[in-house]
Amino acid sequence: MTNWPLLTLVTFLPLVGAGFILVMRGDEALVARNARNIALITSVIVFVLSLFLWSGFDSREAGFQFVEKVDWVPSFGISYHLGIDGISLFFVLLSTFLTPLCVLASWISVHNRMREYMIAFLVLETLMVGMFAALDFLLFYVFFEGVLIPMFLIIGVWGGPRRVYAAFKFFLFTLLGSVLMLLAILAIYFQLGSTDMVQALTFKFPVGLQTWLWLAFFASFAVKVPMWPVHTWLPDAHVEAPTAGSVILAGVLLKMGAYGFLRFSVPMFPEATHLFTPLVYALSVIAIIYTSLVALVQQDMKKLIAYSSIAHMGFVTIGIFTLTEQGIQGAVFQMLSHGIVSGALFLCVGVVYDRLHTREISRYGGLAERMPRYSFVFMIFMLASIGLPVTSGFVGEFLVLMGAFQANTLVAFCATTGTILGAAYMLYLYRRVIYGKLTRDDLKTMLDLSPREMLVFAPLLVLVFWMGIYPSSFLRPMQPAIGSLIDHVQTATRDSLKAAQVAVAVEKP
Amino acid sequence: MPVYALPDFTPAVPEIFLAVAAMALLMFGVSRAGAKTRPVAWIGVVILAIATLLLEHVPAGRLVTFNGMFVTDAFGTFMKSLIMIGSAISIILAMRYNEREGMDRFEFPVLILFATVGMMMMVSANDLISLYIGLELQSLALYVVAAFQRDSVRSTEAGLKYFVLGALSSGMMLYGASMVYGFTGTTGFDQIAQALSAPSAVNSIGLIVGIVFVSVGLAFKSSAVPFHMWTPDVYEGAPTPVTAFFAVAPKIAALSLFVRVLIEPFGHLMVDWRQIIQFVAVASMILGSLAAINQKNIKRLMAYSSIGHVGYALIGLAAGTPTGVQGLMVYMAIYLFMNLGTFAVILTMRRDGHMVEGIADLAGLSKTKPMVAAALAILMFSMAGIPPFGGFWSKVFVFQAAIQQHLIALSVIGVVTSVIGAYYYLRIIKLMYFDDAERPFEASGIELGAVIFLGTIGTVLLGIFPGPIVAAAQTAAASLFPG
Repeated sequence: MTNWPLLTLVTFLPLVGAGFILVMRGDEALVARNARNIALITSVIVFVLSLFLWSGFDSREAGFQFVEKVDWVPSFGISYHLGIDGISLFFVLLSTFLTPLCVLASWISVHNRMREYMIAFLVLETLMVGMFAALDFLLFYVFFEGVLIPMFLIIGVWGGPRRVYAAFKFFLFTLLGSVLMLLAILAIYFQLGSTDMVQALTFKFPVGLQTWLWLAFFASFAVKVPMWPVHTWLPDAHVEAPTAGSVILAGVLLKMGAYGFLRFSVPMFPEATHLFTPLVYALSVIAIIYTSLVALVQQDMKKLIAYSSIAHMGFVTIGIFTLTEQGIQGAVFQMLSHGIVSGALFLCVGVVYDRLHTREISRYGGLAERMPRYSFVFMIFMLASIGLPVTSGFVGEFLVLMGAFQANTLVAFCATTGTILGAAYMLYLYRRVIYGKLTRDDLKTMLDLSPREMLVFAPLLVLVFWMGIYPSSFLRPMQPAIGSLIDHVQTATRDSLKAAQVAVAVEKP
Repeated sequence: MPVYALPDFTPAVPEIFLAVAAMALLMFGVSRAGAKTRPVAWIGVVILAIATLLLEHVPAGRLVTFNGMFVTDAFGTFMKSLIMIGSAISIILAMRYNEREGMDRFEFPVLILFATVGMMMMVSANDLISLYIGLELQSLALYVVAAFQRDSVRSTEAGLKYFVLGALSSGMMLYGASMVYGFTGTTGFDQIAQALSAPSAVNSIGLIVGIVFVSVGLAFKSSAVPFHMWTPDVYEGAPTPVTAFFAVAPKIAALSLFVRVLIEPFGHLMVDWRQIIQFVAVASMILGSLAAINQKNIKRLMAYSSIGHVGYALIGLAAGTPTGVQGLMVYMAIYLFMNLGTFAVILTMRRDGHMVEGIADLAGLSKTKPMVAAALAILMFSMAGIPPFGGFWSKVFVFQAAIQQHLIALSVIGVVTSVIGAYYYLRIIKLMYFDDAERPFEASGIELGAVIFLGTIGTVLLGIFPGPIVAAAQTAAASLFPG
């Protein structure tokens, strides 16, 4: 098993499934049934295979593992180079874990073009996994931007009433950010002579150039995270996307930006990172407080959760730029936790949306009477989103705040208000939807969770508690990678500070 | 070599064959006037295929013949192959269309062949005189095919407009060529290059004026802003297969000529012409992306899209390096596949016995013709430069050359306009996938399906495995730069 190109297999197996679905013939109902079966089987196999990545992963190693490298465009030094370290391992797992759940969640809620829908999700899975595993800039970029295609179609074809607007906004916003990154990648190529990320990680870029490269990458990742003020595409995209689309969007696509910061901006441009940390802090704090307040007044459940996502991603960016071990670990953990929890929350909204076809909060109320199981599940995820101890959300936020207090007390203080506001809007949402009197007739006929829906939520519930009670199984593999990253950045900044001091000393006679 | 000796024909064998075969085809066509034209068209395709094979057998390396008027090198071979593929597929695209629209006359493939000979002359020109002869041979044939639908006012108007403006640009170019001749004393590219290598020659203002005028003529032929005005009208008015042809082969020929003229004879004046090319590139990209947004006619849209694409390709020329020329060549190769595929889709747009050209007519195509819609979606994403399709790499390599030469502003404008451009490509996808279905188009025949398939597969494969074409373009581009 060790000689298998396991990463390639995990990355491209979904495409094989998509190919099968593509060639299916027959009447529509039959094709739809087969399409979702094939999609489910493929994505489950991919998930199982990706578990081998975890079990085969050496947790003491800081470098990249499962590395595969083949020439791609040799005349430009571009290669097909895959590999994962402690950070990307879990993002790969998150992608492969959420995809089968998305397929399952869309089992009956998608009414038209089931075949294309499933193909889109499988293609999306390939692109997501490939993006987290890529170790070549252009390969990364291909996956990073390729993701836009299936997501554009998912929002646009299966989305809500304003889907066209949302799909265009999503596509063009993210594209504008990423093309600037492409130019930065090309500039890196001329510094480095190849587009290999592993080489770039230890390469010392000239400080002046770093600033520009950092800003170009920031343009791309800030839109993707999304950071205030370029976050406006997210609420639209979330509201209009079908449930499973929102799950992937919140669960994985938002992580691509923060992963980019962690993989590119921080280790490759340490001096620039040092320079721009206040900017990131400021934008993140604004994001946390502002979007939390906005979330408080939302009338639409999905929009509320979308705004809460922006706030939670604010914690992540703060954590990354504290450049402390706790901060970065917390950021990664928070991303994983948010991927699970916000995905689950969108699924919770999807459950009631499937029944009543509205997401307006005021249309609901008193669901606890008729839907006790649903209320319980919703409560757990709601509390995890707030960051209650024993759930996954607590570990991430706690570590981030701990790192933030070491780095900058004011930032930490402001971020903490965000957790309070977070509790406010989530509890308020829960009260309005679940508690109160059940007055409306159509609500009285609503059914509780079906076995299929419980099957979707069960693994998410397990993970939320697992991550909350025993976070070590996730933190341990990422420790060496994060440790070496921090060492690298600190040496680099120290060296350049020293060089600057020497320069000043030389100038002074 | 004594002047009266026969020149060495070997480098020009494909051109000579093509010219002779085209004349023979004309005879063949005349001899069976009134009969079906399909055999003539297919023979035309075969002739192009044979010429392409002959092209592969031209001895490698830089060869000059006809007293230095004609040159072959790897660059020329690469571009000529693209041109011939474009011409052959245009003939195939036209067969069924011409029959249905009542314009199936055997002259069509013959004219395309003559135009192709002209284009190959342009690519191989090594003298201002042979350049002009090639250009005019191409243009005259093109004026006629633009007006080929004699009974249609739009088509004849397109032909006339193309002719008048084309004659104007030829005149300007000729004027520029005479200036160059006056200030260097020669028309041969090699001699001009030699004359300009002296430092004193570089400051001559008359020479600069000459280059500007030659560039104007070439910009007109490649429909770059600000000499693009004819493009939308001619593209819209000409019969659709002719538009497909215009969008591909003459454009590749004109850009090849642009590259050769600026790099070879005027290489020493790069500082001067780079400003022109940068301006033309920026203007083309901006106009190509903004003006296309509001178009309702898909052929007009493709006209603006092609203007934008020329702008991107010219970025490679603005870099003026082997990498830049390589980028331009890769760009044109991928552009060829994307455009032929797209025009084949446009040719399937037929309802109630008439061609329809509105973009809105594509609405709901994903439901009525899912495979065609998927192909067009891939082509549109590729045109917008989204990976993993070919169009992405074509942009990557020209921007790479620009970044290498520190043309940062040019690159940033380029990527920003590519995002604006993405909007109108996405609009087509939106119509096909997000909107409700119109009535389906009529069945379109096997040739169109094959071309759509070829264009799409080419775009996808070049996107996933760009390695070979990039390597081929690398050696070809190197052949332009001595030493």
